[in-house]
Amino acid sequence: MGKALLKRVLLLIGTMLLVSALAFVAFSVIPSDPTASILGAEATDEQIATLRAQLGLDLPVWQRYWNWLTAFVTGDFGQSYKYDKPVAELLADKTGVTMVLAAVSFVLIAAISLPLGLIAARRQGGLVDRAVTVLTQITMSVPNFVLGIGILYLFALILHWFAPEYVPLSQGLGAHLRYMVFPALAIALPKSAMTVKLLRGSILGELDQDYVRTAYSKGNSQGSALRRHVLRNAMIPVVTFLAMAIGDIMAGSIVVEQVFSIPGLGRILIASINNRDYPVVQAIVVMLALIVVGCNFLADLLYRVMDPRIERT
Amino acid sequence: MRQKNWYLTIGLVLTACMLAFTALGLFWTPYAPSAMSAPDREAPPSAAHLFGCDAYGRDVLSRTLEGAASTLTIALAVLAVGAVFGLMIGALCGYYGGAADALVMRLCDAVAAFPSVLLAMVVLAVTGPGRYNVIGALGVLFIPSFARLVRGEFLKYRDRDFVRSARLMGVGGLRVIFVHILPNTWPTLLSGLTIGFNNAVLSEASMSYLGIGVSPSEPSLGYLLSDAQSYLFTLPWYTAFPAAVAVLLILGVGMVGEGLRTRMGAAS
Repeated sequence: MGKALLKRVLLLIGTMLLVSALAFVAFSVIPSDPTASILGAEATDEQIATLRAQLGLDLPVWQRYWNWLTAFVTGDFGQSYKYDKPVAELLADKTGVTMVLAAVSFVLIAAISLPLGLIAARRQGGLVDRAVTVLTQITMSVPNFVLGIGILYLFALILHWFAPEYVPLSQGLGAHLRYMVFPALAIALPKSAMTVKLLRGSILGELDQDYVRTAYSKGNSQGSALRRHVLRNAMIPVVTFLAMAIGDIMAGSIVVEQVFSIPGLGRILIASINNRDYPVVQAIVVMLALIVVGCNFLADLLYRVMDPRIERT
Repeated sequence: MRQKNWYLTIGLVLTACMLAFTALGLFWTPYAPSAMSAPDREAPPSAAHLFGCDAYGRDVLSRTLEGAASTLTIALAVLAVGAVFGLMIGALCGYYGGAADALVMRLCDAVAAFPSVLLAMVVLAVTGPGRYNVIGALGVLFIPSFARLVRGEFLKYRDRDFVRSARLMGVGGLRVIFVHILPNTWPTLLSGLTIGFNNAVLSEASMSYLGIGVSPSEPSLGYLLSDAQSYLFTLPWYTAFPAAVAVLLILGVGMVGEGLRTRMGAAS
């Protein structure tokens, strides 16, 4: 285990370096110069040259990458062109908002999909099973921002369950989370649909195995065989899928934040792309990439812990 | 008795209807999509304007037709780029294997690990918005998933007896790939294409909705939806119809894919 783990960690670090380098190079080859948008069209050549030196733009790419990387690991993400503030300061509270949204989405996915998947698999071909199959197909076809608009329309305008105005954490944790449930629903529903489908298939596949028959012959009821024997094995692919889903959840929250006007990473990412504020874009992209790579790494570890047979093959 | 494959039937009918609707938008719209008309401002759906009008009196049906055509064109182009390159890379890697295969596949895994919308956003942040940039960015990002799919199929077939005997008879590598193996992979490729198509529609819609996809002069369904959201509470039809078209298109193609997979499962 130790050697395999070390190999994985090295691979993780390598991937992270590769990703950050790619993101950095992508933003270094941009034809348009940030100095133009900072100084305006009437800047003299001298002013531009001074600013370029000040921003470190006159150094070769690899040197700029090294400077940026060493600063990045110490938490210095550079300076925003647009707001004239350190990027880290700019992103600090926004990261929290997106994390809360992602966490609520994750909890919702688990809370929705696990019971539904169990019921659907247990009564295969039954009413719930068929309804779930149809509903999952439909939910998977709705883009998450359309789902968000639908939720906004239904729950805010028609049912008046919430006001379509962002509730920050400063107004209390309960109110904040209550508001977040609705955008989180838009992210969680399509993912839940896929999870239900996966769990159902996984449980049905396990039910054919010999050990289930043994469990029955030892006097287990259907419920206890399912809970104590089948579910443990059936959950393995599902847990891996959920850990891998973090990337999609983050991507989803970037889009859905726009629907619900939530001031998270997504909003500032879009604004910064439009403002050509590349240090901010770069920092967000690398941060999200690191989260995704990290979660995939965790998924891999979890898989190994839950299914020790993998080590032997 | 063989059970009827409802998914495939309904999916094919739905897809055919939606494709006909979108294809119509390429050639004909009841009104000029960007023609404004003051008396029709905010008009709800009626016989003259089946989908109603927006805040400037533009006919929503015409705009939806135009947007759907734009979305379809982009999705098909993305699919073409991703599938053609993915097919070539996957086929060569799967058939020949070796160190190059290992390297390419690791790269594909690394790219595929990230949500494609996020990566495409980065690319568009660099290149700027526009239809061709969207096609390029998404197309390139779709290559890895196709390459992986095709490679898996080729791995499955490359040591089968019919391939070996073809090689024994002196058939060249490329001919084995395209004439002997490729036809066998069609069912899997087709189901992969349906998934890819839906991902392309979803990604394009999300990006245009965020305002970093197509430019306003060539609106797609995603662009229409972002425009419509400001009027969600006053002109709900402006959101509802483009959204319904997008959802039905994705649903139809998704059901075809599901039906194909069921059929493959039943056949094997």
